[in-house]
Amino acid sequence: MQLDINGLAYEIDISPQLPLLWALRDHLQLTGTKYGCGKGLCGACTVHLDGQPVRSCQTPVSALHGKKVVTIEGLSEDASHPVQRAWKQHNVPQCGYCQSGQIMSAAALLANNQQPTPAEIDTAMSGNICRCGTYPRIREAIRDASGQSAEKK
Amino acid sequence: MNTITTLSRRRFLALTGVASSGLVLMGSIPGTVLASVLDEAEGAPLNLFVSLKTDGTVEIIAHRSEMGTGIRTSLPQVVADEMEADWTRVHVIQGLANADYGSQNTDGSRSIRNFYQVMRQMGSAAQAMLRQAAANTWAADVRDVSAQQHRVHHRDGRSMGFGELATAAATLPLPDLNTLTLKDPSEFRYIGKSVPIVDLDDMCSGNTTYGADVRIPDMLFASIERTPTLQGKVKSYNEAAALKLPGVVKVVKIGGTALPSSFHALEGVAVLATDTYTALSARDSLDVQWNGGQHATFDSERYLDTLAERVSSGPGKVARERGDTDKALASAAKTVEANYRTPYLAHAPMEPPVATAHIHDDICEVWACTQTPQATQRAVAEALDLDVSRVKVHVTLLGGGFGRKSKPDYSVEAALLARASGKPVQVVWSREDDVEHDYYHSCSAQYYQGGLDQDGALTAWLAREATPPIRSTFDRDANIQDDGALNMTFGSIPFSVPNLRLESHVAETQVRIGWLRSVFNIPYAIGVGCFMDELAHAAGRDSVEFWLDTIGEDRHLDFAPEGFKFGNYGRSLKEYPYDTARLKGVIRQLRDSIPWGEALPEGEGWGISAARSFLSYVAVASKVKIVEGRLTVTEMHCVIDAGTVVNPDRVHAQIEGAMIFGLSLAMMGNIDFKRGAAVQSNFHDYPVARINQTPAVIKSHIIPSDALPAGVGEPGVPPVAPSIANAIFAASGQRIRDFPFNRHFNV
Repeated sequence: MQLDINGLAYEIDISPQLPLLWALRDHLQLTGTKYGCGKGLCGACTVHLDGQPVRSCQTPVSALHGKKVVTIEGLSEDASHPVQRAWKQHNVPQCGYCQSGQIMSAAALLANNQQPTPAEIDTAMSGNICRCGTYPRIREAIRDASGQSAEKK
Repeated sequence: MNTITTLSRRRFLALTGVASSGLVLMGSIPGTVLASVLDEAEGAPLNLFVSLKTDGTVEIIAHRSEMGTGIRTSLPQVVADEMEADWTRVHVIQGLANADYGSQNTDGSRSIRNFYQVMRQMGSAAQAMLRQAAANTWAADVRDVSAQQHRVHHRDGRSMGFGELATAAATLPLPDLNTLTLKDPSEFRYIGKSVPIVDLDDMCSGNTTYGADVRIPDMLFASIERTPTLQGKVKSYNEAAALKLPGVVKVVKIGGTALPSSFHALEGVAVLATDTYTALSARDSLDVQWNGGQHATFDSERYLDTLAERVSSGPGKVARERGDTDKALASAAKTVEANYRTPYLAHAPMEPPVATAHIHDDICEVWACTQTPQATQRAVAEALDLDVSRVKVHVTLLGGGFGRKSKPDYSVEAALLARASGKPVQVVWSREDDVEHDYYHSCSAQYYQGGLDQDGALTAWLAREATPPIRSTFDRDANIQDDGALNMTFGSIPFSVPNLRLESHVAETQVRIGWLRSVFNIPYAIGVGCFMDELAHAAGRDSVEFWLDTIGEDRHLDFAPEGFKFGNYGRSLKEYPYDTARLKGVIRQLRDSIPWGEALPEGEGWGISAARSFLSYVAVASKVKIVEGRLTVTEMHCVIDAGTVVNPDRVHAQIEGAMIFGLSLAMMGNIDFKRGAAVQSNFHDYPVARINQTPAVIKSHIIPSDALPAGVGEPGVPPVAPSIANAIFAASGQRIRDFPFNRHFNV
């Protein structure tokens, strides 16, 4: 299989049915993308496929032909993407495990909708579970990253 | 399917070209991954927790597990402050399992309250050694030298950096900790400040090592088909079918042990493969058949009916008694009674359990997302019949814990499979494994009866509970709550009611039971918090006023005269009194933070509740809106008095998270058992709170205090569920007494 991940081309001997999540984690050692449910229910494994957020646990590598994958490792070189900066400014992570997926979903949202409303933020982020409950800060960080001032606390 | 052998997997890729970014790839791929979080100190040790490199880097051991509380930052922050180390030159190192550190069991909201003083002493001792080393170098009187921000200064103007003094300081004896002069709080540089967590950058860039991110050369990945029922036994399985699949290396049966469950591996059949996906998917071909065993008829819905019948029909074992409750109830102007039932819950941390074991050179080395490295060490040593000293446990970051990861059964599995295969093995749990084989939060049935006088004052409180005890996980005969469990809200009610009696009924265990964030405070704060609201309503009183009046005058509670053994979360009542003034303080502050008493449209309402747990005092208010059967929580407010706070931002974060955790379990949390097996399996049928269910307004308020530090990770949870239930009543007149709310509303 040939894969285009974070701007690099890989030739890798794997089954076409293998979900991208496991190609990343076990075959390419890109472990920033996380397993959370294996059923596309939690969003921990979210990556970008041609700029759109997808659940890598539900995406067989056979579906990647001619498409570009970006993972958390490739979002920026030094955690400087506006979403990552906003995440740090609001101290969003607690345990941190779901945050790769949260950040990838948020980055895709803002790439497609530069000024999302609170309702649009909730809709776009509702596929990403955070068991620690960082949701209030995720909302604020996304509003900040979109150049909208965070709601007054 | 392509053949994937161990060899080709290790050669995992061929780089065919460098694309547009021009980055050289291979250098960015970690090989044998043991990220910095797992390394060991390199500097000269000043004490058990602090080392110093000659370049001035201060290495501080984090001996507690990071599962989201920020403890890898907060405790080192305390050390650095007392040491006068420059925080930007601190490198935090995750400690291995080591009894010398004291308890590493990161649960019970204990890290700050049990180690705040110790960490201050470690920092101060390190500073004293640096000052002494400088004084020796200068042949000066140590009283003439002081330390400030990584340098030691003589009053005559000479100074040396910490790094320059490292070698000399490390040769000095550890000073007597009792002779140290700790800082006055006015001198704190970091304590009480919202220092960002040390893992923040890495967590925002995926550069982290959680349990499943550990890679050891030649390792295998294992996935286990476990008994669906407690004490079930493997009848048969198809080993050959699994072994035919490419990538499958070995199939191993793990024999279960007799009760109690303790931290033993469950009976099961493991598939060992060269990659995770093969290990997970090959299990289907095993076609394991089970003998269900004695618990295979267990039905949790029917069982809760049984427990509810027990508590409402007759007296149980008395845990605490004051006055003559029966007489007071008989002569009350008004009596109120209610039954509450709460279900089993699963922890469902975002990272399911996972552990890696490697047996080499007569030792077993374990890497695990564990809350309890020393218990992991002991459990693995027992399973492999090794001396504890032969088990080395590395702690990775934890993708959530909530109590699940203080049970090291999954590390035991990894160790058994490493021994059986002769290879390093990583045991991965799928989400289904996690939900179906948890140490479940226990179900509970409670019955309450209260008496009110003509003026609406509480005269009698009768409470009975039946809750399968956690002790049953360690003692197969344990079938009734003891005072240690009843400590959690049920037994420690702070009310000045003249007559009270608290009773327990037998509740046999049919599944593995364990502790979940705030433990039995969850069901008991629901019982107590909801019943208080029912009493207030029956008395025609405002709930806040009723709480304050029923708690009564300012005093320190003493439970001993009423026959109740109050453990006070492991601390003496002298150090940490149960102070009713502080409980009333958080309730009053809460009332003043919200428009309590405001006129609201039809279908909206506020509810409150309060509890003291883990030595902290917490009150929560929730506002709900109910429209055509759809329940929405629109606001939540929490006030906590946790005494001294080290990192306010992380306390706020814990409280925000606790509100959402509590909302989640109140709205949707439910595990059922049919024919002995868990019905739910993943987030589609065991839903947890999502962002679109999160109230638009979530606010936490910390009461400023210089009292001894108390718990933070758990105490935010208990008052949440009852506050929402009480808000539902205010909004709709409907009392929800059987949880969760999605039995009654769309959520």
